[in-house]
Amino acid sequence: MIDSFVSWLATTTGSIALHESLYMYAIIETLHVVAIALFVGSIAMIDLRVLGLALARVPVSQALRQILPWTVAGFIVLLLTGTLLFYAIPERTFHSPWFRAKMILLVLAGLNVWRFHRAYGLSPAGWDTGPAPARARASAMASLALWIGVIICGRFIAYNWFDCDKPQPAFISAFSACRSYTP
Amino acid sequence: MSLYDLCEAIEATAVSAALRESLWLFPVIESVHLVGLAILGGSLLMVDLRLMGAGLNRQSIAAVEHGARRWFLGALLLMLVTGSLLGISEAVKLYDRPAFFVKMIALATALVLTFTVRRALIARNSSGGPAAFAIGAASLSTWLLVAVAGRWIGFS
Repeated sequence: MIDSFVSWLATTTGSIALHESLYMYAIIETLHVVAIALFVGSIAMIDLRVLGLALARVPVSQALRQILPWTVAGFIVLLLTGTLLFYAIPERTFHSPWFRAKMILLVLAGLNVWRFHRAYGLSPAGWDTGPAPARARASAMASLALWIGVIICGRFIAYNWFDCDKPQPAFISAFSACRSYTP
Repeated sequence: MSLYDLCEAIEATAVSAALRESLWLFPVIESVHLVGLAILGGSLLMVDLRLMGAGLNRQSIAAVEHGARRWFLGALLLMLVTGSLLGISEAVKLYDRPAFFVKMIALATALVLTFTVRRALIARNSSGGPAAFAIGAASLSTWLLVAVAGRWIGFS
């Protein structure tokens, strides 16, 4: 089902136009990279604040309220540009192990955000200015690790080491679902 | 010795050859460069947004700058080291890339701005205002140009 959708996506005029355009793809990718600095950069500063490694004098509630709007703005740009980048090269991307790993890390990072906000909301009671509890620190560390993983996997999508048209170890072929894709 | 000769000499070094011949080194260094971009962008943004009155406004400008400084300087160092390695591996190609020269000019401008005018303003001005807004906006747009021109090296 997904396979036929992705194959169909690749035949649409918009996808072909993006793929073949001289500048559009490069512009979208540049926007995507700049938005990483906004999104992951602002999240990292909040994580480092929770860990007590940056912005030590800023209460966590202020950091969350005044920085998160920028994080959300960065996320919207990343989601839009990321969707367009996928749309430009649907089949190869869908069958890239790096893309699949990135999506898994993205889901884990999202669950981590959800867990943090369910526990503390926008104003952590009890540790707004003091040291964060172990659970919050673990969440901040997981956040840093997961988002760095997302960046690295995202960057590696561009490399063709594990593309389906090359001989691959069985587990990579299986993970990328190479069987249903002939480049 | 012309600039082109210099680029050829750089590419003739063992480090450059090792970087070029490895399948993994360039992409790995490039990824670290990208992670550095996020940390640099985040720590820069905290201060520039505060200067522009659009961020941690309840803190003094100096307090925000102090709280972000070591991450900014650390990320800057990481960017300079990984960026130099990337450049060394393909010096001759960079000679032909206008985007690279745009990036270097923007980077020099951004560094001078950060460590002279912006630093002096942060030391004197604690609450913001039109001058702080202008410096914050100038800093943010110059660093943005560094990032955009940097990405463009790969396309041009």
